[in-house]
Amino acid sequence: MILRLENVSKSFGALKVTDAVSVDVPRGEALGIIGPNGAGKSTLFNLITGNLLPNAGRIEFLGRDVTRTPAMERVRMGVGRSFQIPQPFEGLTVFENLLTAATFGRGGREAEMVEDCAAILEETELLKKANLVAGTLSLLDRKRLELARAMATGPELLLLDEIAGGLTEGECRALVATIRRIHAKGTTIIWIEHVLHALNAVVERLLVLDFGRVIGIGAPDAIMASKEVREIYLGLEV
Amino acid sequence: MYRLTIRTRAGNATTIAVALLILIGLALPAVAPRSAIQDLFFILTMLTLAQLWNLLAGYGGLISVGQQAFVGIGAYAMFAGVILLGWNPVVAILFGGLAAFLLAIPFAYLAFRLQGAYFAIGTWVLAEVTRLLVAQWKTLGGGTGTSLPREATSAILGTDTIRALFGVRDAAARDILAYWLALVLVVAVTGGIYWLLRSRLGLALAAVRDNVDAAGSVGVDTGRLKWAVFLIAAVATGLTGGLVFMQTARISPDAAFALTDWTAYVIFIVVIGGIGTIEGPVIGVLVLFALRAALADYGSWYLMTLGVLAIAVMLFAPKGLWGLISARTGLHLFPVRRRLTGPKIEGGN
Repeated sequence: MILRLENVSKSFGALKVTDAVSVDVPRGEALGIIGPNGAGKSTLFNLITGNLLPNAGRIEFLGRDVTRTPAMERVRMGVGRSFQIPQPFEGLTVFENLLTAATFGRGGREAEMVEDCAAILEETELLKKANLVAGTLSLLDRKRLELARAMATGPELLLLDEIAGGLTEGECRALVATIRRIHAKGTTIIWIEHVLHALNAVVERLLVLDFGRVIGIGAPDAIMASKEVREIYLGLEV
Repeated sequence: MYRLTIRTRAGNATTIAVALLILIGLALPAVAPRSAIQDLFFILTMLTLAQLWNLLAGYGGLISVGQQAFVGIGAYAMFAGVILLGWNPVVAILFGGLAAFLLAIPFAYLAFRLQGAYFAIGTWVLAEVTRLLVAQWKTLGGGTGTSLPREATSAILGTDTIRALFGVRDAAARDILAYWLALVLVVAVTGGIYWLLRSRLGLALAAVRDNVDAAGSVGVDTGRLKWAVFLIAAVATGLTGGLVFMQTARISPDAAFALTDWTAYVIFIVVIGGIGTIEGPVIGVLVLFALRAALADYGSWYLMTLGVLAIAVMLFAPKGLWGLISARTGLHLFPVRRRLTGPKIEGGN
């Protein structure tokens, strides 16, 4: 198991946003997370990355208890993440964004990271734009940069937060192809997404969250066919 | 196959030009009149303070309006070293740096609990508290201040040699020594910041400035970085304070902890010249000096002109004068940009 959550709970005041969530993620899996707005998907990510600490429960990463480990250290252990709204370092170039992530996420020297950064830029179709300032990029390129920068930290586990949102069909297809390639090379992926066809083209399992609770987990076909999920998530009268 | 380059032709040319300027600057007291040396002392010390404030605000995102606390404590510690401990003033300047370091620890501990505008106000309040505490120090003149004793000012390390070398009096020799020390300090501070920005810490600083959350998410220790930047700036600001008041040889709490002199002018320099660049403060300090010379006789009109000019630049050229020049010409005299060169990159060869 690369990641194990045991009864993880998180409340903001009286509001329980994560309610006793337990899930095991085997190494190399691609797991999708779906659920209506406000279901607690992003909160769950923040608990895994360490940006938030749970009120109860236990989180294990690579067999080690990381429940209270600071976010920065989890990055160095191999938890990489992208943000729902792209947050590039706007004053730095695309290449410098990756270089920062690579040197601090892995703890190495700049010169040792150059080839790796170039390879990731090639993989994410940003190589041509390596020396452009990130603040000038289009939405698609910002999304690519989110992905590339997370990859540059050298993650064992990659968390993607609505990376396909807001893209056109063609852009989305290109991004999905990139994510599939990254997954095929062995990176474990957990992906929150509303664009279901993009998600289902990559993931092996789907997890459905509603009001902070896991209401279903399993193969995408089975989950999408389940009556409960259709009612809650798709809002369909069945 | 792929390479990282920071060097540019303009950057190499700057290095040579700066080396020449330093040599000329060192030799200048042989020919320049005393008033020119005093003007240059003002320019160099203000430039040092501006580079340090730029490091804090422009790179570290720490908008402090309390840096006068470190000028003041550095100056007072220098006076204490001379008057109470009998040290040579030049040695006592180093004591000023140490005092600033010691003050910076509780100062940062308290101020870092605040964010943004609250941080700025907090630093101001802490600086005022420091001023009020120092004004209670009766042996150093309390609220009215004191002067360096004559025996100390005439026996400053190296002034004998300077007197013999240039055939000048005590006071002029002290000015020349102070000027040389200011030159060393500004080169060390600017060079140090330039080195820092080209090291991996430079990337971390830029990342923190652009987006703190994202910087943390790629493994940058944002808390430690803020501490490091604040402590470095405090120590060097303290050294500058010690040096400035060694030159004037007279101190009072109001002068040493002056918000206008040590922070407002400094912010003006950085904003006018261009925040977040090494070139900006250099241009800014020249603008301030020119305005000071032109408007010296107009009293409060001088300050009002500075204010109006600062507002105009913030509105119409938020990246300052150097930002305008740089955007027109694409020139960077102190390049810190890492370029990736290799196949398939636009403009990569």
